[in-house]
Amino acid sequence: MENTGFALETAANPGTLRRVAIDPVSRVEGHGKVTLLLDDNDQVQQVRLHIVEFRGFEKFIQGRPYWEVPVMVQRLCGICPVSHHLAAAKALDRVVGVDRLTPSAEKLRRLMHYGQILQSHALHFFHLSAPDLLFGFESDAGKRNIVGIAAAYPEVARQGVLLRKFGQEIIRLTAGKRVHGTGAIPGGVNRALTRAERDELLAEIYTIIAWSRQAVQLVKRLHESEPELYDEFGSFRSNLLSLVGPRGTLDFYDGRLRARDADGKLLVDGVPVNNYAELIHEEVKPWSYMKFPFLAAFGTEDGWYKVGPLARVQNCDTMATPLAEAERREFIDHGNGKLIHAPLAYHWARMLEMLHAAETIKDLLHDDDLSGSDLVTSGPRRREGVGVIEAPRGTLIHHYRVGDDDLVSTCNLIVSTTHNNQPMNEAIRRVAQRYLNGRQLSEGLLNRIEVAIRCFDPCLSCATHALGKMPLQLELLDADGTLLDRLQSPSPELSANVG
Amino acid sequence: MSTQHILLDGLPVSFTDGQTIMQAAMAADIFIPHLCHHPEFKPQGSCKLCTVKANGRYVSACTMPARDGMEVENNSPDLNDKRRTMLQMLFVEGNHFCPSCEKSGRCMLQALAYELEMLTPHFPQFYPDRAVDASHPEVLLDFNRCILCELCVRASRDVDGKNVFALSGRGISKHLIVNAESGRLADTDFSLADKAAHVCPVGVILRKRRGFAVPIGSRRYDVQPIGMQVERLARRTTTEEV
Repeated sequence: MENTGFALETAANPGTLRRVAIDPVSRVEGHGKVTLLLDDNDQVQQVRLHIVEFRGFEKFIQGRPYWEVPVMVQRLCGICPVSHHLAAAKALDRVVGVDRLTPSAEKLRRLMHYGQILQSHALHFFHLSAPDLLFGFESDAGKRNIVGIAAAYPEVARQGVLLRKFGQEIIRLTAGKRVHGTGAIPGGVNRALTRAERDELLAEIYTIIAWSRQAVQLVKRLHESEPELYDEFGSFRSNLLSLVGPRGTLDFYDGRLRARDADGKLLVDGVPVNNYAELIHEEVKPWSYMKFPFLAAFGTEDGWYKVGPLARVQNCDTMATPLAEAERREFIDHGNGKLIHAPLAYHWARMLEMLHAAETIKDLLHDDDLSGSDLVTSGPRRREGVGVIEAPRGTLIHHYRVGDDDLVSTCNLIVSTTHNNQPMNEAIRRVAQRYLNGRQLSEGLLNRIEVAIRCFDPCLSCATHALGKMPLQLELLDADGTLLDRLQSPSPELSANVG
Repeated sequence: MSTQHILLDGLPVSFTDGQTIMQAAMAADIFIPHLCHHPEFKPQGSCKLCTVKANGRYVSACTMPARDGMEVENNSPDLNDKRRTMLQMLFVEGNHFCPSCEKSGRCMLQALAYELEMLTPHFPQFYPDRAVDASHPEVLLDFNRCILCELCVRASRDVDGKNVFALSGRGISKHLIVNAESGRLADTDFSLADKAAHVCPVGVILRKRRGFAVPIGSRRYDVQPIGMQVERLARRTTTEEV
């Protein structure tokens, strides 16, 4: 389980190898493909996850009024638009001079976000991953979908659909629409919840918590049923990164950045989000539109890290809700004193995060601040703002500069899935080495590659948002991969420290 | 004097001397789609959305005086098809991205597209390259959404006495400009208190930093479709357009 140091990223002699492509990767958000290069003995020589979408948000945000941005950038995604909506709003809070929202505004935004975590985690587990986990990785492809789940496990499918529906209802009530609403505005929110709306949600929340607990138990049973598979499949060691709230609590909405190494030792802690550009650099590789972020202090080889549920639940010291914290402790104990790096453990971590979200939603719904009227505040204008949030898939960074004319001049987004670029590539290389070498490739075997990718719940649409003055490098290679010519454009400047 | 009537879609609608078909219809709470008409301004009949058939001829309801016994066809498949086509042309000529437009939910162009069941733009998009003018401290001009209704031109010229706006160019090149040597709004005497600041039916002239302050569900056309707001449209003043 040692780091192989990018082995299998680039074959020595690609021109002589046989190419197999998984295109598109299915049951993920967005479009991507995997290419495998095999030699004459069916030994895997190169494995790459390519992201083939190209979006352009960082470019067309430029020149738009800042108050439009939270509504516009959320169109990056149809699954977790709330994350982009809130990360942008948080960044623009700083621009309108707000460091602390009113209690009502912050709690309403938190409710929206935790509703989003709940619906996205439910969608991913029940709709996208449960078919692999409940039927088997190489089971009949015709049944390996949510319809198959509904036929074989109707109650599991029903709960999955209704868990997601509940999260979507929270989003509708706080943002105005289930997808792509307008609730968060720079400096606050545009609506509160009525008492009747809170009661409507409270009537269901205890069922939601119960179902979330059952989902955690289901994942645990899966781990118990095949411990070797769940602990080893695609496993690789890496650093972890996430936001952490005050006193080390897991916090999806706000906090400071913390990173651990693969043994759990703290690498950095308490980093203000404004300093993200000092902490994280990004590498561009010629074969993918998605960049490769790494902790700058540790370089590209050693600085890459995982984000998302598996990173968060092990990076934090505690969860602030009792049922989820008890489950988190059990999860940590499963590692026997070591960090858990197994990609399939993402599902376990994801479901206990869903339980935490459900419990937090219950607490928020009992808070009368949700029905308050003090929703927006402002302060002295600033020219720059960074907003960081823990999206369902991991740490999401939005950074904007705004001119005196109120128009956005620069935008930088580092999206959750982008952080997991190297980890996803690592996971599929491990799977390819372990299961594909020397074997006749079948749909079921190739699905194992996709299973590894799905653990990370990637959103490939979100992750390929860049266009314009990004540091683009064009290389001309011959059939053996020898560099013949290279063109490079200059990279844009974004300050490391933001006031 | 006996009461005078037009027959609007077969229904007798009374009017007084000097009233247009549009005024008579609105007084009777009957909706005729329109964009460039505003009760506070002299009609000019440029958007053609209010085209009706009067005694068999296509005319603009906002400029055509009502005549006793005139037979007017308004809410018919033929006219609504033509209106939908005109809307589609307006949409593709500009850059109308409702999903991220702050005027969404209180935009007359969008409201009419819903009202007339416009489901697609139909025509190829022009994607014009129009810069935003953010030079003014209080007001943003987003020319991407201009439909050339000239309400701002009329308001600034006829009411504010400032002549801040004008249309320039001809035919397909016609576009809204700001009357300043630099072309920038900041270099005019335009003010947020001007009537012209509050009359835009779409999302061109926008009060800055207001954005999405009104939640979905409470916006003007969330509450009621435009076709059911005839009474408000007939009595509206520019101040309510802010």
